[in-house]
Amino acid sequence: MIQFNQVYKRYPGGHEALRDLSFEITEGEMVYLTGHSGAGKSTLLKLIAAIERPTSGSVLVKGQNIRSIKREAIPALRRNIGLIFQDHKLLFDRSAFDNVMLPLQIGGFDHRESAKRARAALDKVGLLAREKANPISLSGGEQQRLCIARAIVNRPAILLADEPTGNLDSDYANEIMHIFKSFHQVGVTLVISTHAENVLTQFPARELHLKQGALL
Amino acid sequence: MSTFIEHLRVLRATLLRLLLTPNATLLNVLIIGIALSLPVGGYVILKSVQSLTGQLTGTPQISVFIKVGTGAGEVTRIGDKLKQNAKIERVEFVPRDVAFKKLQQSTELSDVIGDLSQNPLPDAYIVYPKATDASAMESLRDELKTWAQFDHVQLDSAWVHRLEAVLGFGRLAVGILAGLLSFALIAITFNTIRLQILTRRDEIEVAKLIGATDAFIRRPFLYFGLAQGLLGGVAAWLIVSGSVFLLNHYLGDLASVYASEFSLLSLSIADSATLLGFAAYLGWLGAWFSVSQHLWQIEPR
Ligand SMILES: Nc1ncnc2c1ncn2[C@@H]1O[C@H](COP(=O)(O)OP(=O)(O)OP(=O)(O)O)[C@@H](O)[C@H]1O
Ligand SMILES: [Mg+2]
Repeated sequence: MIQFNQVYKRYPGGHEALRDLSFEITEGEMVYLTGHSGAGKSTLLKLIAAIERPTSGSVLVKGQNIRSIKREAIPALRRNIGLIFQDHKLLFDRSAFDNVMLPLQIGGFDHRESAKRARAALDKVGLLAREKANPISLSGGEQQRLCIARAIVNRPAILLADEPTGNLDSDYANEIMHIFKSFHQVGVTLVISTHAENVLTQFPARELHLKQGALL
Repeated sequence: MSTFIEHLRVLRATLLRLLLTPNATLLNVLIIGIALSLPVGGYVILKSVQSLTGQLTGTPQISVFIKVGTGAGEVTRIGDKLKQNAKIERVEFVPRDVAFKKLQQSTELSDVIGDLSQNPLPDAYIVYPKATDASAMESLRDELKTWAQFDHVQLDSAWVHRLEAVLGFGRLAVGILAGLLSFALIAITFNTIRLQILTRRDEIEVAKLIGATDAFIRRPFLYFGLAQGLLGGVAAWLIVSGSVFLLNHYLGDLASVYASEFSLLSLSIADSATLLGFAAYLGWLGAWFSVSQHLWQIEPR
């Protein structure tokens, strides 16, 4: 599903964020991405979603090489990937419901069907009662869950979560991990970057540990 | 079907966005309307004047005025000589008495003429040439001017030619004006869309990150440019049509004084459709340039 071969990523400033990464994530697998701040976790996830391109080496996602993927092919790739951003990237000019509707509008789904799916996704993260609320009025944990609802509403084959439990107390973190677990059970490929030790012990899975951009 | 509904959704959102900032929208629409109404107004004037020359041109003719005091026999002899000229189709004699009577009967000048005790007018011939193009007419006029018996030779179609030249100049001026102001319209839309893109930057960035195509992102802006251009076209139509109505009302008063036939033509259905279509297209084009230029600048980093 996801395959890295001798991947290097150097940012324009000259900083080498990833060094010689080679690994594979198979379909339906759940993998943790760990490492200190600045180790390159977000960068690795960005490569998978074609937000950044590798400087050298190849990143294959569903058989497509991100290094050489054409601009026009990127939207289709991303619609197959649910992205949960470290900084949420919610839109504050519309309701929680409309935030979740966005991927469906982009996907060109029928409005009635979309509304049904959006409510189901909000229900899944426990935010159905807040569908009319502006995201700015939601708590940190609620915003995090709204971001998850937006990522899963499309039923993507791959879910990339960048520190989804960061800044959350352990109750919320567990709740979110249970949601992920349920996706794992229906065959979604999951890559979750995290700092939290308790998450790793409570929900064990393969761990990719990064140190200064290299795999340990 | 779902794409059709998607287009409807974007159209609805676009109209809401236009209404959301009514002052900015109204201002833009007015600016576009005024800019477009200038060349369109020029076009209306040209069209009206042109239809006027169409009515007046008739058959081109040359009037030759014989020197006052020339005897009747000599006048007849001159007429025969004119008729023999190969370039001349036919000749019409206007005796000075007839011309004087006509002048006395004519409306405006009757008071002035009525006081004249003596007929100041000469005998005249109206010459209808065979070839009626401008250069043939002018060479015939020059030839007639060399005749010693003539006091004055006048090419009656000369003003028509002059008017034609002026109209050609006018057309060019209107064309240049239309070109420049079209450019201004594109620039206005470009800037409006640029500001919108800046304020909706987050939305565009997020949409891109979750798989929106360029077409999807472009669509609302293109609709906006199109709608704004179209509204500007409607404003221009109202400005021009309103002005024509007012001016014609005023010209109607003038006409009763000067017995003039002139009135401004209103915009035909084809003219109106062209105006609206062109305005909408220019708005769309401005938006397209703007989105294309700014879209790649906000590639998610
Ligand atoms: N756009 C960029 N331009 C230049 N350098 C960058 C850019 N993004 C990240 N970096 C650098 O690359 C390194 C890895 O960054 P990255 O965001 O991948 O780390 P991370 O593991 O996600 O850290 P954190 O846990 O704090 O989110 C950092 O040193 C960072 O400064
Ligand atoms: Mg990070």
